[in-house]
Amino acid sequence: MTAKPRREPRDPLARRQEKHVPPGARSRAMQAMSARAATGRFVLQTCVNCQTVTYPPRDVCPKCWNELVWADQVRGATVLSETTIRVTTDLYFRDHLPWRMGKVALDAGPVALAHLHQDLKPGDPAEMHLLLDKRGNAALFATPSGGAFDMSDPQWREFVVSVRDSTVLVSDGSSAVGRAIVSALRAAGAGSIIAGSPQPSRAPQSSDAFASIEGVRSVRLDLTDARSITECLTGIGGPLDIVVNTARFMRSGGITAGRLLDQKRALEIGVVGFMRLAQASAPLLRTRRASAFVDILSIHALAAEAGFAGYSAAEAARLSLVQSFRHEMRAEGVRVVSVFAGPIDDEDHQSVPLPKLAPARLAQGVIEAIEKGREQLCVGDAAQDAMDRWFDDPALYIREKNA
Amino acid sequence: MRDRRAYDDVALCAPITVPYQRLSTQSAHWWAGKAMRALADATGLGPSEFDGFCFASFSAAPDTAVGMVQHLGLSPRWLDHIPTGGASGVMALRRAARAVQCGDAEIVACVAADTNQLDSHRRLLTAFSRFSQDAVYPYGFGGPNATFALITDQYMRTYGVERADFGKLCVAQRSNARSNPLALLRDPLTLDQYLRARAISDPVHLFDCVMPCAGAEAFIVTTPEVARRLNLPHARIMATIERHNAYPEDATQLRGGWAVDADELWSMAGIGASDIDTLQVYDDYPVIVAMQIEDLGFCPKGRVAEFIRATSFEIGGDLPLNTNGGQLSAGQAGAAGGFQNVTEGLRQVLRMPLGAQVPAAEIALVSGFGLVAYDRGICSAAAILGACR
Repeated sequence: MTAKPRREPRDPLARRQEKHVPPGARSRAMQAMSARAATGRFVLQTCVNCQTVTYPPRDVCPKCWNELVWADQVRGATVLSETTIRVTTDLYFRDHLPWRMGKVALDAGPVALAHLHQDLKPGDPAEMHLLLDKRGNAALFATPSGGAFDMSDPQWREFVVSVRDSTVLVSDGSSAVGRAIVSALRAAGAGSIIAGSPQPSRAPQSSDAFASIEGVRSVRLDLTDARSITECLTGIGGPLDIVVNTARFMRSGGITAGRLLDQKRALEIGVVGFMRLAQASAPLLRTRRASAFVDILSIHALAAEAGFAGYSAAEAARLSLVQSFRHEMRAEGVRVVSVFAGPIDDEDHQSVPLPKLAPARLAQGVIEAIEKGREQLCVGDAAQDAMDRWFDDPALYIREKNA
Repeated sequence: MRDRRAYDDVALCAPITVPYQRLSTQSAHWWAGKAMRALADATGLGPSEFDGFCFASFSAAPDTAVGMVQHLGLSPRWLDHIPTGGASGVMALRRAARAVQCGDAEIVACVAADTNQLDSHRRLLTAFSRFSQDAVYPYGFGGPNATFALITDQYMRTYGVERADFGKLCVAQRSNARSNPLALLRDPLTLDQYLRARAISDPVHLFDCVMPCAGAEAFIVTTPEVARRLNLPHARIMATIERHNAYPEDATQLRGGWAVDADELWSMAGIGASDIDTLQVYDDYPVIVAMQIEDLGFCPKGRVAEFIRATSFEIGGDLPLNTNGGQLSAGQAGAAGGFQNVTEGLRQVLRMPLGAQVPAAEIALVSGFGLVAYDRGICSAAAILGACR
């Protein structure tokens, strides 16, 4: 286990340093850009008629007044000018002065203001990223071109959450997905991992699994039991940076043929359990400089899989709850991430035909989503295919999924 | 394109500056009222005699010129609201001049008034434009300092301009402000102090920035007959231009709209840059002063550093510049900052200065520059004013 920095004893009466978030007002067009940035796309508006690429977001093409559509763009750019802001009236940026930004000429066409990585200077080629700021709005960030760059850049770290040295709670660490995520977090350098285990019957197995792994602690965590959540969080005894919610209850069965008890349990863990966990962990997450709540969602949240009716309903309900939770947490500077997966090659999907997503691949996606500052990520072809179909024609997708 | 018609039979008179205050508890309406009172004192005219009203302000919300007319008890037959900030003074005189020339109005009060309450500046900055909200504020919220820092950075590297060159302009303007009792910043400023000032948004330093304040500026546009009848010294408009969103394809604003229209300005006036007795240009940042010196034709593009080094800008110098101290020393009273170059130019040619008089001033060039929506100032305007004696 990597040496954790020693925590100062906390004075309960001390005035905590307040956390601010960046300015939030945006036009509707900019909101549309942010919605795409949330999924990791690098987009700008393109005119349907003259193909002019435009920025900042407009409602009409400035060259020919025809419609604009969002289109993926090349990420290259050249830095034109720079400044280091040392005075601001905004509380968030005041907390982070001096702040370096500049103007870049995008290879896609327009010029843009952008946050500048510390290693960039005027004349340098750059690679552009469309990141979400602490309030969830898209912002352009220029890094040195050529792939690898120093990710310890303090401004970069304002846009992402670093797994390294963080304290992470995995709500169900005993499932195949949970175990894979714990392993991936370890590999990514997490400082301390708390692996929840819902059922006493599975606990010994997972405890054994993690007993030999430094920095991983198995604790009982049952999302149907508020007290177990409180005990788990209290037991962490320090800051909590990341929560990965892997808890769910998945059993096959439709409305008429399924067992009501299973459906109820799917909702109790997947929906009410999520709310309990979110409510209990939010106060811990919001005090951190950079923190995230990651929810693993089945793609069935978008459209029901009739053979898993109760489970689909639970996922759909949680998708809705996560949207509300994300909105609340944006004001607190906490990133709420939805990681979508199709069928997973695990104990819950034994009867589901291939292709199925390897838990390790899903775990890799979780790390990526956190470290790249996403709000939404589809891991694997099945999830991406479903999301594409859903975007393209939701009514058709609902029909064809159960055809 | 059809030639622009001359601005015959138009007179500018009664330049008013309501003394600025760093902070004010009053409203923009109060400051506008002070300007009207001063106009009345200068002319003997009352509310019923102004048949035209042109208004500019950033802090009168929710009112515009419409609400202001009722607030001030005016009943004009011609009304205009000019939201272009630093370009509003020249644009007001241009619009009022055509109204008077065509008989739509006879006596137009052009007024800019802004208050500066404790939190005015921050509130103005947080809702300035849609592009700013979407694509400027999220990048460090440096306000106009950061926007003009980027322009200054590239301008300096492109044209070989040094901080000391900008410093010479700022120091000269401060020297000019020393004789203006209404200037808010009148302490002596040396080049060394300028260069050693703290950075605000590199390469913009403290003395490159204006001080926001409250204040009002006003003048009257009317006919020469009315001006004579009221016994008011007056000036004529020899030529004037305006341009918006010039050179949108330029990646960075290294030239402004003046460059598009400067040739027409000079040919219409029938004079050259050497005939200008005093230059009153918009000076939110010295880089914009330098840009206007080039784009208005006082020196070739890219040669401003040489020009600055070879020219004295004090009152009594080669090219008396912003003789009231400009916004950099007198203060920036919101939209009134876009009027003060007009009132100061007018005062100098009418020989009624606030401070020192430019010797033998007959012709002034006044220039405005307004409103950053995203990464550059959008509105530019200029006028050449000649004394009628």
